[in-house]
Amino acid sequence: MSTTEEGIRSVLAEHARLPVDVSTLGEEDDLYQAGMTSHASVNVMLALEDLFDIEFPDAKLRKKTFESIAAIQEVLDELGASAPVDR
Amino acid sequence: MTEQRMERVSDDVRLRVGTDVESIDEVAAAVRRFGDRYVSRVYTAHEVRCSGGTGAAAAPGLAARFAAKEATLKVLRPDGHRVPTWRSIEVLRHTDGWCEMRLTDEAAELARQAGLGELAVSLSHGAGVGMATVIGMCAAGGAGS
Repeated sequence: MSTTEEGIRSVLAEHARLPVDVSTLGEEDDLYQAGMTSHASVNVMLALEDLFDIEFPDAKLRKKTFESIAAIQEVLDELGASAPVDR
Repeated sequence: MTEQRMERVSDDVRLRVGTDVESIDEVAAAVRRFGDRYVSRVYTAHEVRCSGGTGAAAAPGLAARFAAKEATLKVLRPDGHRVPTWRSIEVLRHTDGWCEMRLTDEAAELARQAGLGELAVSLSHGAGVGMATVIGMCAAGGAGS
């Protein structure tokens, strides 16, 4: 597992309020179907920004951006975020 | 705790209804944790002003408005590839207190394609949640009707 994916999973564990263990989710699993609410996805977005020291552009501020671990990883790749930032 | 349905109101017009609830505590927690960054990324300046600003006291109004955005998505029925941004769906509060939904960008385009006209909204908050119901009418036979 890449450090990026580890970071995503840690953010999901803390902010997505999922009723299932994040470690049981596959990369392509639909996070909304797994129980993440739309509002929780906003918290996930902001926590990802903190962890990876990035800013999601306005065009990415929509539900679809955060629908799966793979989708999040794709956007992080687009934004050049490769690893969590030490704070 | 959501519901969405469509009723035939005449041969020519169909009704779309979306409703949603949002926990006030969860919104207040997001305001505490992320502050202005949370507020400014999800809500328009008008929505923030009408909710009472960016402090914890604004949480009930913000929760109701987030519910309105979700309820509007249920009315718009976006496909998986064209989901509007949060701020393109706005609760517009008129000076005498009543509200309606104002759409821009992709949200407005989805409404246009579906033949949706004005979207009526009712907001409320209490008992720990903010809630909203949005109603729109579209022509039968229009895209997605």
